[in-house]
Amino acid sequence: MDQNFRLSDGGLINRDKKLSFKFNNKTYYGYEGDTLASALIANGVHLIGRSFKYHRPRGFFGAGVDEPYAMVQLYRNGETEPNIKATEQELFEGLEATSVNCWPSVNFDIGAINNFLKIFLPAGFYYKTFMWPKSFWYKVYEPFIRKAAGLGVASIKHDKERYEHKYEYCDLLIAGSGPSGLASAYAAAKNGARVILAEDKARFGGTLLTSEVNIGNKSGKEWAEGIIAELKEMPNVTVKNRSQVFGYYDHNMLVMSERISDHLSKTKKFHPKQRLWYIRAKEVLISSGSIERPIVFGNNDTPGVMLSSAAKEYLKVYGVLVGRNPLIFTNNDSGYETAIEFKKNGVDPTILDTRKDPQSEIINEAKNLGINIKFSYVVVAAQGYKKVKSADIAKISDDKEQLGSVENIKCDCICVSGFWTPTIHLASQSGNKTKFNEEIDAFVPGTSKQNETTLGAANGSYTLEETLKNSFETAYDLSKKITNNDNKISLPNVVEKKSTTHDKFWCVPLPKGKNYKRFLDFQNDVAVSDIEIALKEGYRSIEHVKRYTTLGMATDQGKTSNLNGLQLVSNIENKVVPNVGHTTFRPPYTPVSIGAIVGREVGKHSKPTRKSPMHKWHEQNNAIFVDAGVWLRPRYYKQGNENLFEASKREAKNVRTNVGVCDVTTLGKIDIKGPDAAELLNRVYTNAWLKLPVGKARYGVMLREDGIVMDDGTTTRISENHYHMTTTTAQAANVLSHLEYYLQLVWPELNVNVVSTTEQWAGAAVAGPKSRDLLQKLFPKSDVSNEGLPFMGFIEGDLFGVKARIFRISFSGELAYEVNVESDNGHFMWEKIMEVGQEFKIQPYGTEALSTLRIEMGHVAGSELDGRTIPYDNSLEGLLSKKKDFIGKRSLTRKAFIAEDRQKIVGVVPLDKKTSIPEGSHLVKDSNAPLPNPKLGYISASCWSVEHNNPFSLAILKNGKNMIGEKLFVMSPLKNKVIPVEIVSSHYVDPKGERVRS
Amino acid sequence: MLHIKCPHCGMRSQNEFSYGGDATVKRPELGKEISDQDWDNFVYNRKSLRGKHLELWQHLSGCRQWIKVERDTATHEIFRTLKANEDNS
Ligand SMILES: [Zn+2]
Repeated sequence: MDQNFRLSDGGLINRDKKLSFKFNNKTYYGYEGDTLASALIANGVHLIGRSFKYHRPRGFFGAGVDEPYAMVQLYRNGETEPNIKATEQELFEGLEATSVNCWPSVNFDIGAINNFLKIFLPAGFYYKTFMWPKSFWYKVYEPFIRKAAGLGVASIKHDKERYEHKYEYCDLLIAGSGPSGLASAYAAAKNGARVILAEDKARFGGTLLTSEVNIGNKSGKEWAEGIIAELKEMPNVTVKNRSQVFGYYDHNMLVMSERISDHLSKTKKFHPKQRLWYIRAKEVLISSGSIERPIVFGNNDTPGVMLSSAAKEYLKVYGVLVGRNPLIFTNNDSGYETAIEFKKNGVDPTILDTRKDPQSEIINEAKNLGINIKFSYVVVAAQGYKKVKSADIAKISDDKEQLGSVENIKCDCICVSGFWTPTIHLASQSGNKTKFNEEIDAFVPGTSKQNETTLGAANGSYTLEETLKNSFETAYDLSKKITNNDNKISLPNVVEKKSTTHDKFWCVPLPKGKNYKRFLDFQNDVAVSDIEIALKEGYRSIEHVKRYTTLGMATDQGKTSNLNGLQLVSNIENKVVPNVGHTTFRPPYTPVSIGAIVGREVGKHSKPTRKSPMHKWHEQNNAIFVDAGVWLRPRYYKQGNENLFEASKREAKNVRTNVGVCDVTTLGKIDIKGPDAAELLNRVYTNAWLKLPVGKARYGVMLREDGIVMDDGTTTRISENHYHMTTTTAQAANVLSHLEYYLQLVWPELNVNVVSTTEQWAGAAVAGPKSRDLLQKLFPKSDVSNEGLPFMGFIEGDLFGVKARIFRISFSGELAYEVNVESDNGHFMWEKIMEVGQEFKIQPYGTEALSTLRIEMGHVAGSELDGRTIPYDNSLEGLLSKKKDFIGKRSLTRKAFIAEDRQKIVGVVPLDKKTSIPEGSHLVKDSNAPLPNPKLGYISASCWSVEHNNPFSLAILKNGKNMIGEKLFVMSPLKNKVIPVEIVSSHYVDPKGERVRS
Repeated sequence: MLHIKCPHCGMRSQNEFSYGGDATVKRPELGKEISDQDWDNFVYNRKSLRGKHLELWQHLSGCRQWIKVERDTATHEIFRTLKANEDNS
């Protein structure tokens, strides 16, 4: 029958809107405002999954964030997500969910065999089981565990949803919208403070939605609604529901995850699915409330055993009965509230109270309603496998050691209340050293470490009047400090039922001859016996016991298990809980989706892609792009059916025979100005810079202080005190920071300014024997002859009305120039070069041809300047000034750096002149030597030499200086290649460098 | 995420800064004789202090100034921040 366990009226759900959903492929109905959990319970479904280790049947234990069991795999709008708590997931039309941890099905689960083999799965089973025999691990144990374990399946599809990050500042962040959260938000907001109020659930109000209290002549729920409505209207207040503040980090920064669309069938257009808030708050008020504590008894994990507060919430918020024959098992007055709610809705509960003769207003009310109450009674064990069918109960002696004779009573659910545990996670994450409160047997926040204050139940205060009073006062005081305002709210009249003290009873002893599993951690299946074993085996520190038994290590982070675990360890050790101490609380408080953490920074590099001003032209001319740092650069320009190899060969060849043009905009550029600019260059570069004339460029190498090459490039003297430095694409940002470091901290007396101009200039390298002819046509008014613009010269020119800088520098070994114009004119420059270059058979070339050209001429680049090589290794020792000091010079005299057989760059050619050499391969003397075969060097870069029409590579080789002419082997175990090679000079083309000067 | 007060820009989040190591290390003067030991100490040897530590940060995504930050390496407490040219005594 449809929604058999739904009351005919009541609850906060929208009964006008019926929703259909599927669980394990069966269709059910619920209402708007339901959670998946409340809708399933309304349909009498209590079997939701299997436990992690023993695969015992699992139902619902809580009604919210504290839920340890009810994890499902969710399907929404073609996507799937694991590890979703059914108690938190709001129902939407068409929701689909399945059980996790079950194989082959929730009703028949092969893993439940573990339950009968549990002798093999005791504490520490991760450490000691399945270790022998070793061969069994791969064949038997691992596949079995893999199939049987897990909390769902992660999607391997690309996530189409959008997740956003937001940075926010406020005076007061208030986490939780229960009585203390609402009161403090209201008081602070009225006093002019900028307030963010965050509520994890869909509905604001926390316990006010379920408590029978009266505030200022309104019900708790009405009062909460009034306050929220008023707060929402205030410009200085941000009110957020479905928002969990899950982490408290350094310097009062908190992170909150807002679930914007998870409760909808489909994310609305232009909306993100979730939003992660980074909130820097001046003050933080933690009003996260408390979570009911279970009492431990036999088979207390059976579906139908749940927290009494959860049963009450299902009743009052969702109009759903968790059972028709409830047994309430309590050690305090809270259980009575649940019992009274049942009674009011025509269901007769039975209360078992561990206390002997408690007296209070609410107990009297229960008695007057005629509720059956048994004092000094306990549940010994739940009976029933997939659902509670009855309970074994017994009288318990005053000292709580002896059980009377065991009776069995029929019931269909057991609602447990073992008193309340303050939710201190956020306070503890902030660095607050918590303290133990004897009165409530739980930890509460101690002295604040950061600017945080914990209020209400989270601070162990369980009366409404005291909570509201403290919250009003604290929020007033804190906001006054910040705003200097003085608007005080007076405390409304509060009516609540007085309760009496709870019984510090938490674990029912085993009856003689029975060995029931009594669970502490419901998600990780840690039972009392596991802790006992761990302690017997010598574990003492609670942190070790936790790791050995996995107590509290599941995704619920032990919200319902930690304190009972501590109690047990204390009892066995004959200690008190505060001496055992609690384990560390770490963020996140609840699971956060990876999507929310990553936000918009998805895809390659997680950074915006940078494109040159000529990008569009490249796209229109069949460029195939490659990532160069954050830049996209043309790798080659495809003609017809060419592949990379053919195209790059054609492009490189055209540079060597005619003229080519390459987009070099990505090169780092730094503008350097000031009277001491030359002195700065002289200190950061290894060669001499003081005498460089205006209108001349020079190649320079800069080192780190440890002598390793940092970067290379050319720097041009534009005018007397003005230089233009270029860096490699990859090192551009580092070089700028490097210069700033020395200018600001080490040599502040130097009068120099540096600024990045990488994006201000578009660059085109024009290279090849016909490049001068082309240049002459591009700049008819300029003298670009060998005399007018010699090698390493610089002039300014007029490119059809556009101002341009022309540098005669070469990276290809050919006669070459680099033309720079302001970025906005980049596209124009490129088109002009292509247009005018037609008659010289110009072709654009990409990075692949660029590499080929530089490799065969032996010009080092990133693959040689890889953070491991010194100038000598790259045959750059000629650039080391003997006369002056420079950054890193002192390190170059280190013993290893001056060793006779020091590594050096060489050229490598395969003996067959055919086989291409994989980059990264090793050079060895004997290809058949036993492993480990001594490595003499490695291939840093490979190309097909267009000059010689055979493969050519650069390598960094031990004793390279004396190896020219040697025959070695290149080995690439990855590509399974052994290639006999000859070592040659690294300058494979034009070794004398005549072409660049021609 | 730390909240660092740039002496030039004010309170900013850590992700605008990059870390630059021990601020008390002084680069030996250029052109001056120095023993291997002293040079090694400058280039490589650093104490990994627990507690108060004067360190360099660069306000990379802000004013690009290198600043000095006195921070507790264990608690992350920041005691004060200084401009590059301010004396840390
Ligand atoms: Zn700054």
